[in-house]
Amino acid sequence: MSTQSTLTELKPASAPLTPVLSARGLVKRYGRVTAMDRADFDLYPGEILAVIGDNGAGKSSLIKALSGALIPDDGEIRLDGEVTRFASPMDAQRAGIETVHQSLALSPSLSIADNMFLGREMRRPGVLGSVFRMLDRPRMQKIARDKLSELGLMTVQSINQPVETLSGGQRQGVAVARAAAFGSRVVIMDEPTAALGVKESRRVLELILDVRSRGLPIVLISHNMPHVFEIADRIHIHRLGRRLCVIDPKNHTMSDAVAFMTGAKTPAEELAA
Amino acid sequence: MTDVSSSGAPPSGRPAKQAFEQVLEKRDNRVAEFDVTPKSPLQRVQHFLHANPTAVPAIVLLLGIVGFSLIVGGRFLSSFNLSLIIQQVTIIGIIGIAQTLIVITAGIDLSVGAIMVLCSVVMGKLAVTMGLPAPLAFLAGIGVGGGCGAINGVLVTRLKLPPFIVTLGTWSIFFALNLWYSGSETIRSQDVAKAAPLLQFLGTPVDVLGARFTYGSFFMLGLVALVWYVLNRTAFGRHLYAVGDDPAAAELAGIRTRKVLFSVYVAAGVICALGAWALIGRIGSVSPQAGQTANLDSITAVVIGGASLFGGRGSIIGTLIGALIVGVFRNGLALSGVDVLWQEFTVGILIIVAVALDQWIRKVSA
Repeated sequence: MSTQSTLTELKPASAPLTPVLSARGLVKRYGRVTAMDRADFDLYPGEILAVIGDNGAGKSSLIKALSGALIPDDGEIRLDGEVTRFASPMDAQRAGIETVHQSLALSPSLSIADNMFLGREMRRPGVLGSVFRMLDRPRMQKIARDKLSELGLMTVQSINQPVETLSGGQRQGVAVARAAAFGSRVVIMDEPTAALGVKESRRVLELILDVRSRGLPIVLISHNMPHVFEIADRIHIHRLGRRLCVIDPKNHTMSDAVAFMTGAKTPAEELAA
Repeated sequence: MTDVSSSGAPPSGRPAKQAFEQVLEKRDNRVAEFDVTPKSPLQRVQHFLHANPTAVPAIVLLLGIVGFSLIVGGRFLSSFNLSLIIQQVTIIGIIGIAQTLIVITAGIDLSVGAIMVLCSVVMGKLAVTMGLPAPLAFLAGIGVGGGCGAINGVLVTRLKLPPFIVTLGTWSIFFALNLWYSGSETIRSQDVAKAAPLLQFLGTPVDVLGARFTYGSFFMLGLVALVWYVLNRTAFGRHLYAVGDDPAAAELAGIRTRKVLFSVYVAAGVICALGAWALIGRIGSVSPQAGQTANLDSITAVVIGGASLFGGRGSIIGTLIGALIVGVFRNGLALSGVDVLWQEFTVGILIIVAVALDQWIRKVSA
C-alpha cells in the first residue's frame, strides 16, 4: 500500500476544487478493534460517489461519521470547506445531509406522510401550534404528496396509508423521497438496492440519477458492482479502515475494483490517496 | 395509479444498459403503485381492521350491550344501570390511559395500580392526619406519582432493564412503601369529608335523566380527550408510536427515544396520581388495600381495546371501549345471576381472543 502523503486524486473533469463534504484522518476505535484508521473522504458537487469495500473494511463507520450517527475519536469533517462537528444525526440533517439507511429508518405503523416528517413535524401557525402544539397535517400531507409525485412515485389517495402495507420498493421510494425532500446538500444511500428485486432495483437506480439531476451529490454505498459501475461518477475504495484509492469506473473494470478491495492488487501510485 | 415512466424523465442521460439487462426493456416500469389485485373477503376484513383498530372492540361492546339487554332485559338497559357501569370503569379507565401510553412504546407497566394506591395514601395522610391544606396534599400526591414514574423511567431508559421486570420490582416496592406510610390503616370517609372535601370532589354525584354519574366519570372522559389529542395531533404523540414501532428507526429519524420513553413513564405516573384522586372520590375513604386489581385490569382493558403489546399500535378510545367491555360483561353476567367465577372466565376468554386477533391483523400485507 502506498504511504505517500501528497493528495493526487482523481477529480471529475470540470468540478470546482472545494468538495461539498470531505473528511481527513478519521479514527474510530472500539476497544482493540480499529474501525476507521485515518480515513479520508471527498465528495464533489453534483456527482455520484460510490463507496465500496469488503465486509468489515469500515464503510459503515465512515458513513455513520459523515451522517452524524457516530462521533469519530479523531480527524475532521468539512462541509463546503468549513470544519464541522456532528454530535447527532439531527446535526447532520440540519446541515443538509440526509441519509437513506439500509434499514430505511421508517416507522411501519405510521403513515407515509407521518414518516416523511418524522422528527421534523410542522406545527400550525399561531396559538394552535405554539401553545397547543398542534400539527399542521394538511400542510405536511400536501408537501409529502408533492415530493412523492415529483419523483413519480405515488398515487394521490395513498399518502395516509401505513408504511407496513407497502412493498420493499415502495418503502425504499418513500425513504429516498424523504431524503431528497430534506437533503439540501448531500444524500447518502446505504445499500439502496440490497433488499430489492431486479425490477425494483432498476427503478431505484433511476431514482438516484433523478436526485442527482436536481443537483444533489450522492454517496452510494453498495455491494452490487454492476449497479456501482453503472451509475457512479467515481468509486471510493475502502480497505482496512481507510481510503485505499478513488477510481474512475470508465478506466477500470469490476475485477480491478474487486482486486483493490480485497488486496489482491495494489492501485497505481497516482490513484492512491 | 400513475404510470411512473411517463412522469418526468431525468434530464441527465440514462445509464447505458448492460447486456444482461437488455431484457428489461420490456419491463414493467411501475414500482410504487398500489396493489389492486382482488382480495378475498377475509383479506378485506383484515385490511379494514388494520385500518380501523378500534372497530373490533366497538363491535364487541355493541354485541355485549345488545346480548345482555336480550338476556337480562330492561334491568340491564336502564339508564341507572348503564351509568353505574360507567362509574365502575372510571378508575380502570384512567389507569388504562396510563397503561396505553406505556404499551404503545412496547413496554408494560405492572406498577400502575401500586402507584395509584400510594398516591391516594399520600394525599389522604397529608391532608387528614397531618392537617396540610387539601390542595397542597393533592399536589404532593401528583408529585409522588410523577416521581414513581420517573423511577420506572430511569430504570428503563438508563439501566436499559426490560419494563416488565422493572415494574414488577417497583410494584412490590411501591406497595410496601404504601403499607409502611399508611401503617396499614384506612382513613375513614367521614374524616376525609371533614378535613379535605377536595379529595372526594370527583365522587360528587350528578343526576342526568335518571342516570347517576359522578364528576369522576366526566373527569375520565376529559382525560381521554386530552390524551387522544396529544397522541394524534402533536409531534410527541407521533414520536411515541414511532418509538414503540421501531426504536432504531426512530433514533435515526432524529427522535430522542430515551427522552420520549422517560417522559412517558413520568406522564403515566402523574395519570395514576389523578386516578388516585378519582379512587378517593369513588370509595370515599383512603385505604392502602384499595385498587389491588388495577394493575392487571388496566392491562386487560388495553389489550381488549386493541392495543398491541409489541408496541406501535393502540389507541385511547380503544382502551376506553376495552374498559367498558369488561364493565358490561361483569355487570351483565352479575345481573344474569351467573356465579362470579364465570365473570373471570369470560374476561379471560376476551383477553385471549383480543390478542389472537391482534396477531392476525398484524400479518396484513400489501
